[in-house]
Amino acid sequence: MFTRLVNLDRRYIFILVALAVIIPMLFSVNLPVSVSEPTLNLFNYIENLPEESTIMLAFDYGPSSLAELNPMARAVLIQCFRKGVNVIALTLYADGTTLASTLIKEVAAEENAVDGEDYVFLGFRPGDIQVILGMGTEIAGVFETDFSGNPLSEITMMKDIVNYDQIDLLVDLASSATPDAWIIYANEQYNLKIGAGVTGVMISEMFPYLQTGQLVGLMSGILGAAEYENLVGVPEKGMQWINVESFVHLLIVLLVIIGNIAYFVHRGREET
Amino acid sequence: MQIIGIWVAAFLTLCIYSFLYKDNPLYRFAEHLFVGISVGYGIVLSIHQGFLPLAWKPFWEAITFQDTSGFWVIIPIAFGLLFFARLSPRHTWLIRYPIAILIGYGSGLAITNVLRANIFEQTRGTLVPFGKMTETIAPNGEIIPALTPFEIFGAILMVIGVVCTLTYFFFSVEHRGPIKGMSKVGIAFLMIGFGSAFGNTVMGRVALLIQRVDFLMFEWIASIGTIFSWIF
Repeated sequence: MFTRLVNLDRRYIFILVALAVIIPMLFSVNLPVSVSEPTLNLFNYIENLPEESTIMLAFDYGPSSLAELNPMARAVLIQCFRKGVNVIALTLYADGTTLASTLIKEVAAEENAVDGEDYVFLGFRPGDIQVILGMGTEIAGVFETDFSGNPLSEITMMKDIVNYDQIDLLVDLASSATPDAWIIYANEQYNLKIGAGVTGVMISEMFPYLQTGQLVGLMSGILGAAEYENLVGVPEKGMQWINVESFVHLLIVLLVIIGNIAYFVHRGREET
Repeated sequence: MQIIGIWVAAFLTLCIYSFLYKDNPLYRFAEHLFVGISVGYGIVLSIHQGFLPLAWKPFWEAITFQDTSGFWVIIPIAFGLLFFARLSPRHTWLIRYPIAILIGYGSGLAITNVLRANIFEQTRGTLVPFGKMTETIAPNGEIIPALTPFEIFGAILMVIGVVCTLTYFFFSVEHRGPIKGMSKVGIAFLMIGFGSAFGNTVMGRVALLIQRVDFLMFEWIASIGTIFSWIF
């Protein structure tokens, strides 16, 4: 049996993982979600901002990461619109432009937020570092118009906003190394407060920045999205998916244990 | 129109997942389509959101004397165009100038900021907890409570981890005696770090699968019902 297990066709594992996703999704299981300190810190930071404060929201991800980052973006936008915090959205990722534009319009319509008054979508500019540094001097120097082509000087919300001095927080939703760039250039050079929401792959790289306070808070992968939805009080995709995720994790842990036992037993038999 | 979009997305998703069975032409079709569309989309956006507003518009306004302050843009544009010198074997050497500018500019910006953000701040972050072992009073009169025993343990563990991991990467002395012991502890910390990173990666990858299955089950299959309701 152990020999068969060691040589098991990997496609059986794929079928098991597919079943572990489909079955809990069909029965919509609800497991409790506790909130981690980094997510809570980010939520509290935005929650404690006075009305009419302004945050920047960077959609630095493409379609391949939207599963983890779109629920985060949605939750942060809802929190800001409900609190009356203005949002300047932008992206350093060409692929993120349409995703960001669609999501912002969708959430704004649900929350009755007005383009140009409650939020502005600046769009995309190539050259991460140049864009980050340029906005430190003058945002309009990099984004002369918003994504729809309206000059920034004519947008009500941007009337008193020149550079990072008028921005209370930047939240970077990232699938690559952009949080490092924001920290290294915007935080170090212009003292801009930074929060982040990142994909699972990047979580370990971000934790050192939490320890030093270079990040005010962090949403970690789909778990962070679920925690944030829980805090904002809008349980949506993040909460649904983290429940399914728990079943898959359980399956993977079981497979790792069984795989190791089978491997060591098989090796022991071969040696004797 | 939305239904067509859902069916195209579902078809391409299934094409990609068909690779789990084995490599096949449908998978390769979807893969090449994705790469092609991504590149095309990126190029168009870079032209419309980068080149046109930041280079072409000020340049055009300058040469048509609408706004002469844009003349300075000619200098970076000229250096940027030198990248195309690569296409001519006789003029390839000209590419050195924009590359030299990029490297000089990039290094000048990066060195100080990276040192501050990734070395000095991280060193401070590693040592700061030791200043909070007892209750302290901040300059504004705020009382900062002492660390809990668990936090003190964490601070000590972190210093041990940093020192031992750095020792593992210190190759100027032979790893024998206490250095060998420290570097082995460093390897253990590295392994824990890799394990944590792998666990997080699994979480991320599974989330991508869940999102696609969610789409197939609740949007694509639901759209089949909509189509049936149209027909009957």
